[in-house]
Amino acid sequence: MKRRDYLKNIGLTSLGMAVVGADAEAAALLDKPKAKTKPKGTGELKIPGGRTKEEAIRDVKLMAEKFFSEHEMKTITVLVDIIIPADEKSGSASQAGVPAFIEFMAKDRPDEFQTPLRGGLKWIDIQSIKRFNKQFVEITPKQRIEIVEDIAYPEQAKPQFSQGVAFFSLMRNLTASGFFTSEMGINDLGYVGNRPNQWEGVPEEVLKQYGL
Amino acid sequence: MLDFQVKEQTTIYDVVIVGSGAGGGMAAHELTKAGAKVCVLEAGQPYDPADPKNITQLKWPWESPRRGANTTRPFGDFDAAYGGWEIDGEPYTTARGTQFDWFRSRMVGGRTNHWGRISLRFGPDDFRRKSIDGLGDDWPIGYDDVKPYYDRLDRLVGIFGTVEGLRNEPDGLFLPPPKPRLHELMLQKNNKKLNIPTIPSRLSILTKPINNERGQCFYCSQCSRACQAYADFSSSSVLIKPALKTGNLTLITYAMAREVLTDPATGLATGVSYVNTLDRQEYTVKGKIVILAASAGETARLLLNSKSARFPQGLANSSGVVGRYINDSTGASRSAIIPALFDRKRYNEDGVGGMHVYTPWWLDNKKLDFPRGYHIEYWGGMGMPAYGFGWGIEGINGRFPTRSGIQKAAGGYGASLKDDYRRFYGAYVGMAGRGEPVPLESNYCEIDPKVVDKWGIPVLRFNYKWSDYEIKQAKHMQDTFEQIIHELGAVPLGPKPTAEDNYGLAAPGRIIHEVGTARMGNDPKKSVLNKQCQAHDVKNLFVADAAPFVSQGDKNATWTIMALSMRTSEYIINEVKKKNL
Ligand SMILES: Cc1cc2nc3c(=O)[nH]c(=O)nc-3n(C[C@H](O)[C@H](O)[C@H](O)COP(=O)(O)OP(=O)(O)OC[C@H]3O[C@@H](n4cnc5c(N)ncnc54)[C@H](O)[C@@H]3O)c2cc1C
Ligand code: SF4
Repeated sequence: MKRRDYLKNIGLTSLGMAVVGADAEAAALLDKPKAKTKPKGTGELKIPGGRTKEEAIRDVKLMAEKFFSEHEMKTITVLVDIIIPADEKSGSASQAGVPAFIEFMAKDRPDEFQTPLRGGLKWIDIQSIKRFNKQFVEITPKQRIEIVEDIAYPEQAKPQFSQGVAFFSLMRNLTASGFFTSEMGINDLGYVGNRPNQWEGVPEEVLKQYGL
Repeated sequence: MLDFQVKEQTTIYDVVIVGSGAGGGMAAHELTKAGAKVCVLEAGQPYDPADPKNITQLKWPWESPRRGANTTRPFGDFDAAYGGWEIDGEPYTTARGTQFDWFRSRMVGGRTNHWGRISLRFGPDDFRRKSIDGLGDDWPIGYDDVKPYYDRLDRLVGIFGTVEGLRNEPDGLFLPPPKPRLHELMLQKNNKKLNIPTIPSRLSILTKPINNERGQCFYCSQCSRACQAYADFSSSSVLIKPALKTGNLTLITYAMAREVLTDPATGLATGVSYVNTLDRQEYTVKGKIVILAASAGETARLLLNSKSARFPQGLANSSGVVGRYINDSTGASRSAIIPALFDRKRYNEDGVGGMHVYTPWWLDNKKLDFPRGYHIEYWGGMGMPAYGFGWGIEGINGRFPTRSGIQKAAGGYGASLKDDYRRFYGAYVGMAGRGEPVPLESNYCEIDPKVVDKWGIPVLRFNYKWSDYEIKQAKHMQDTFEQIIHELGAVPLGPKPTAEDNYGLAAPGRIIHEVGTARMGNDPKKSVLNKQCQAHDVKNLFVADAAPFVSQGDKNATWTIMALSMRTSEYIINEVKKKNL
């Protein structure tokens, strides 16, 4: 049964979800990957459910554009994986699709992101060339960390690195936002909502833990 | 050759209503159920939250390329508002040195499709503020006049809450409330020590089914996305839909009302002219009675734009009061992090779409340096991550030792940073005051003499400034928030707002509770409507949104909009029966 139909049933029969909680989850999983888009209107445009036509047109247009060069994308990929690497719990930022997310945001909010990101990427390459005579992606992981150490700690960084600090903070924020809103990141975080359930209050053992 | 022709409908409806939001939906519901033939003009598009083309409920952040960021929709990709602070081709302006932000939704149900569902009755004091503090004006009606309609509303729409017996926070007919979330329990426990009451919230969400048309809440926390089970209140699903089922309602969407038409001889309203926003043609629809419910701002605009030889100042405006006294709730907020919640155990804490507890106004203004009160709304918990998640961690992770007691430098990268996000997840809380302003004649909206929208309709110009009353109230909010945060054992985030920024007082309009633009009263010189929300100047013209409000309490306006709309509808039905209309 499709999640939507399933929910229709709730609407019509007013079933208490407590009775059918497990099914609900199964149903929710069933149609997750598909039915995101359906053909409509003329030509190629598909308006995904929940989007207006204007929004869909804008999204399609942005997705077709390319802002970052290949070199910039490579640099972004290296940086996001330094910020959020794979560990025993989950994969890395690039494995979760963060570079593509950052590319999209740069096009979605050009005034906010394009110059700080493009300029910041260049800043980091110049640093790298000054120190090691090579661009950031070409130096060794150890050399990269040497640069990152200088810009990763806003309260300790030397004044001459302040622009690098601002850039790295922006990258950190975009990377975290992109990673923890991906399927991988949400599973990592242990968010278990966004599905029909019956809220019965805070679990007993948690209440006990906090003396409530 | 001119291809311009106004298309007139031959039908004469019993009632023409402009707007299908909280107020218009309720009037349409009540009047069609009573057998009246009603036409609703709605500027926006049709909307059903269960139609797949609208559904955003239960979608995951990665289903949006911007992860739900608010680039194109003001409250993010998954929010159910078709509209926003700015609408293409439909501007409004503000007078120099003043501020007003106006949120509009262009859809059947208006802003009730994505509102916060906080459904508070006004209390007895809220109708008689002048008698209490000498400021502003009393309403021409009191709580007892509205109580029967609040009761009917509770039963018709459904609302959860608890009977508390607080004098100025009247209890309703409540469904069971959801149990508090963890941070809400902590707030309840610690606020008690400060004598700040923290009680179950009152939201129009069905924790139990109330009929066969609407389902029961399944706790996804996403009412702002609109519920496909119809378990939360929206005018589109709960009022307009059953009104359509009576067969008595003609709902015309994409119909942007331009003017109320009047008979030059009798001065009575005869109908409404509108432009169809799809074909851009002009139409009129005729009615024996006209009800304006296009939202407080838009209703003032319609009245002011409906000028004629007989009504040179705009319709129903012999007093010159239309547009005056516009007022929005005060709002200020603060957030914090609760170290006790670091590394908390995971479970599904979504709950309903909104807070499960809130703080009603609890102090005595006689002992304070500002008039009128505010309530406090809270947020927090293990919500679904969205765009902005983890943002600004460099301001936080240097302030708390790690699990193994190491004090790290703020910012950072790598595995240990990744772990910080997990550690802080669900440890944030926030709170916001929503307070009552003093309505002032000097705050008003008027027609901008130079600007028209793309339909050629002159637009509103707002003139709004906060007074000292509201600024002092915001200061008090900030002091209270710090107390609450401290007692909670939490650490406030960001600097405390100061006098330079009006203590964080949100710009007028931002709280989206604009009311009062056609206020009611017994004196036709000082008010637009009588106590039945009937225009003093035009007896078959009524207003059923927040325009009639004389003041707004610290209670979000919508429950009272609907109770008054119900009351006005009943009055109309009785007057028609008595042949007075
Ligand atoms: C995010 C958000 C959260 C909110 N939370 C709460 C809350 O928790 N509690 C609360 O009490 N209130 C809340 N509100 C406010 C609440 O939504 C409004 O008070 C309420 O919807 C007002 O009802 P209304 O009928 O006056 O106007 P609306 O609901 O705005 O409906 C007006 C309708 O008229 C139509 N219209 C406008 N102009 C014209 C025209 N010229 N011709 C034809 N049609 C027209 C519009 O398209 C719209 O559909 C919230 C609002 C927002 C945006
Ligand atoms: S929280 Fe409940 S009422 Fe609100 S959208 Fe989810 S299921 Fe519907």
